[in-house]
Amino acid sequence: MRARELDLSLRNEALPLISKLRQLNFGLMLTLTLVACVGFAMLYSAAGGAWEPWAARQMLRFAIGFVIMIAIAVTDIRLWWRLAYAAYALALVLLIGVEIAGEISGGAQRWIDLGPLQIQPSEVMKIALVLTLARYYHGIPFAEVNRIVYLVPPLLLVALPAALVLKQPDLGTAVLIGAGAVAMMFVAGVRVRYFAIAGMGGLGLLPIAWQFLRDYQKKRILTFMDPESDPLGAGYHIMQSKIALGSGGVFGKGFLGGTQGHLNFLPEKQTDFIFTMLAEEFGMVGALVLLGLYLTLLAYGVAIALRCQHHFGRLVAYGVITTLFLYVFINIAMVTGLIPVVGVPLPLVSYGGTAMMTLLIAFGLLMNAHVHRDVRLSRHGTLPEA
Amino acid sequence: MRTDADRRKSFTRRATLLAGGKLLLAAPLAARLYYLQVQQSDQYTTLAEDNRINLRLLPPPRGRLLDRFGEPIATNQQNYRVVIVSEQTRSVEATLDALARLVEIDDHGRRRVLREVKRKRAFVPITVRDNLTWAEVARIEINAPDLPGVTIDVGLSRHYPFAASAAHVTGYVAPPSEAELTGDPLLELPDFRIGKNGVEKTFDERLRGKAGSLQVEVNAFGRVIRELTRREGARGQDHMLTLDMRLQEGIAQRLGDDSAAVALMDVTDGSVLALVSTPGYDPSAFNKGLSHAHWRELSTNPRAPLVNKPIAGQYPPGSTYKTIVALAALESGMSPSFTVSCPGYFDMGSHVFHCWKQGGHGSVDMHEGLVQSCDVYFYEVARRLGIDRIAEMSRRFGLGQPTGIELPGERGGLIPSREWKQAVTGISWQQGDTVNIGIGQGYITTTPLQLALATARIANGGFAITPRLTRPSAGAEPPSRIAGVSDASLAFVRRAMGNVTNSQRGTAYRSRIPEPEFAMAGKTGTVQVRQISKAERATRLRKNDEKPWVERDHALFIGFAPVERPRFAVAVVVEHGGGGPAAAAPIARDVLRDVQRRAPSYATVAGA
Repeated sequence: MRARELDLSLRNEALPLISKLRQLNFGLMLTLTLVACVGFAMLYSAAGGAWEPWAARQMLRFAIGFVIMIAIAVTDIRLWWRLAYAAYALALVLLIGVEIAGEISGGAQRWIDLGPLQIQPSEVMKIALVLTLARYYHGIPFAEVNRIVYLVPPLLLVALPAALVLKQPDLGTAVLIGAGAVAMMFVAGVRVRYFAIAGMGGLGLLPIAWQFLRDYQKKRILTFMDPESDPLGAGYHIMQSKIALGSGGVFGKGFLGGTQGHLNFLPEKQTDFIFTMLAEEFGMVGALVLLGLYLTLLAYGVAIALRCQHHFGRLVAYGVITTLFLYVFINIAMVTGLIPVVGVPLPLVSYGGTAMMTLLIAFGLLMNAHVHRDVRLSRHGTLPEA
Repeated sequence: MRTDADRRKSFTRRATLLAGGKLLLAAPLAARLYYLQVQQSDQYTTLAEDNRINLRLLPPPRGRLLDRFGEPIATNQQNYRVVIVSEQTRSVEATLDALARLVEIDDHGRRRVLREVKRKRAFVPITVRDNLTWAEVARIEINAPDLPGVTIDVGLSRHYPFAASAAHVTGYVAPPSEAELTGDPLLELPDFRIGKNGVEKTFDERLRGKAGSLQVEVNAFGRVIRELTRREGARGQDHMLTLDMRLQEGIAQRLGDDSAAVALMDVTDGSVLALVSTPGYDPSAFNKGLSHAHWRELSTNPRAPLVNKPIAGQYPPGSTYKTIVALAALESGMSPSFTVSCPGYFDMGSHVFHCWKQGGHGSVDMHEGLVQSCDVYFYEVARRLGIDRIAEMSRRFGLGQPTGIELPGERGGLIPSREWKQAVTGISWQQGDTVNIGIGQGYITTTPLQLALATARIANGGFAITPRLTRPSAGAEPPSRIAGVSDASLAFVRRAMGNVTNSQRGTAYRSRIPEPEFAMAGKTGTVQVRQISKAERATRLRKNDEKPWVERDHALFIGFAPVERPRFAVAVVVEHGGGGPAAAAPIARDVLRDVQRRAPSYATVAGA
């Protein structure tokens, strides 16, 4: 009964802000905050038991990002629907912009510096692509999904930014963008056969792709194969990370007790390798608890996607949660030495303002899909006429 | 609406499937964690400990060198140095400027510091200046609040309180060279020094001590976080020498800048009381790092300050050798009353040998031959004895071979033999060679220490003592009696030597010790450095002070005291000093008088 009322009021767009706020997914927000708190604790430890320079700033960012997340969640979903393509276009322009700036300054360029604000176009693209693909598949009839004509636009939409990011070069983000898009196309109904063909083709292109990798990227992959071959060079990160993990054991060395982290043997302990630090100080138990929290987030995301009444919301929710999962998987697999070091942070835990903001904006969109789950969104993004 | 329902069904199926796939992907992560953190945990725990724990060596303080009274000859001095830690300064340049107002920092030092700051990690202390004086240390300490990153550091550096006086005995320490590295990590410590010369080298192992170790926790950059365990090493053992540093220093001062050598020993046990070589050098300079200019000056100085002359200077013994020739003659059955008439020269037919005294000594027996040092007498004696018997006697008294004193670089000198000459020059031994050897000239060379040793063996009644710088351990075997030399022969030579200084005819009468209880015996020697040409002899013999320094005669003197029951023996060589009676005998007199005055104190120490 109550759902129906809500439904009606939503359709009439008369849902007051307070009602929308009550629709927020508090379980998801709690889990999110718990994960972030793990991050604060580890950043506090990484600084040798100090709030500065990382933990305090990270908390501030989280607080700001959290408010933004809620604001995004309660904003009318149609606004995001409308902005999707524009956001993609903007992200693409920014990506090309840094590419040109990089050419001029003669080095890898990933940032756009706007004084106090630094924008990483690839981060913007992650969100924009999710929105864009969601809007695209929302707008075409299900029967048409597997027609070649309808397959080309999404492929281009993915390939363009992925290629630009790869050229930066940022292999990790390129993989994230590509894999996220593939997942979205899969749940949108693209035939498994096509993925199989694309997969075979990709495998065939691998030797050619190898040629395009930068030397340091090749080296990372080679050292990944045999990290002990170069313990002080490129294999150092993996080796030290494994030592930290292994020496942590089941229950860890205790909070602030990690020698590998505190004595700086662990590289980039406050960013990409923060999971290692956690696993050193809290052992396998601590690592599994954090993994469990991420899987809880995944479950929330999937549930929201399944519950959503419109395709746009479903795809946005699924795209966001898939991106999160990919982050987590790639980061943990990387620091445990399962895959090469690609430079992907651990979401909500690693120190870094842009990643934190990107993730909270993405979660804002995920919760937006949750808040607006019962809205009837037409193919053209409008509410059907009453 | 139909398609939307299909679409949702498809989405639900695929999304669930993919979520399951993600769960499956999480499984290998958990498995990997189990593998690393449970199965391989021990191995990685070890590696983590290896990472963080660093073993450091604690260099042991080097043992001191002491003289016979325990007076330090080589010690470790606290070396105050000012160091700068660049990460603690606001600006290294500014800090150096501020520091330069308190202590002198030259441009060279300043550039070196700035260079090292760039090269080393920011927490590594860099020495700005060492060997600070107390006043400088105080000035820096007072201004410490204004000098962040500047600290005073104390290290030990080798110090030789007597500076140049005993440099050749002590030797010096310096960082080991590449060739001296044995793989012992102690040697590779930047501040570590090893004995490079002298006693420092001979007893290096004992003086060095045993290194301690320190386990420290370090971070990835090698910065020490904290000390874990410390195992103290053993400091090097002090080493007591037989030297009497007051005496040694007095002799060094007496010799001044002359190129000279003095060896003084106790005739009863061979302990060396003084072993002086001048000019000296400051051994501390080697420790601090010798400048190139300083090194050049030392190594090219014609007076050879780096040569340890008592053991490495090889000089013909000159007339001091007549004592040995006399002993050989007596032991060959020649009577001391054997008389030779000295006309001032000795005609061998092919060559004429001259006596130092133009006009000759007239009729001379062995006693007078020694007292007046008649060359012609010993030409004749040597001619009659032949080289073999003279050489044999020389060796019994320790000439022509290293004495075995505990110092590196000892030379043997040379007692020539027929075989030696044939092998080296290709010419057979000539009687003229023997005749020349009779007065200690020609091929023969000895070191001052050998001369002192031979004198001591004559003085102690023929006991084969050996010179040494270290007190013998209790229960050491007493010296054996030299075979083939009778007490009577030795007594005869001692009496003649007594008259060299105490008879008015003696060549060193003017250098006698008048106090009867200290009276000394001796033998002078004057060694021609350059052959006197016929033309010169025909016109006029130049006096020594008319010749350039390098052409002047070497002055020698050997002596012992007291005349009755001798206790000390000395040998003095003054390179290019002129005549032995004038240049060397007075030095020997002063040395023997001083040592006898100090002798009562030796006994008490010996008992201790």
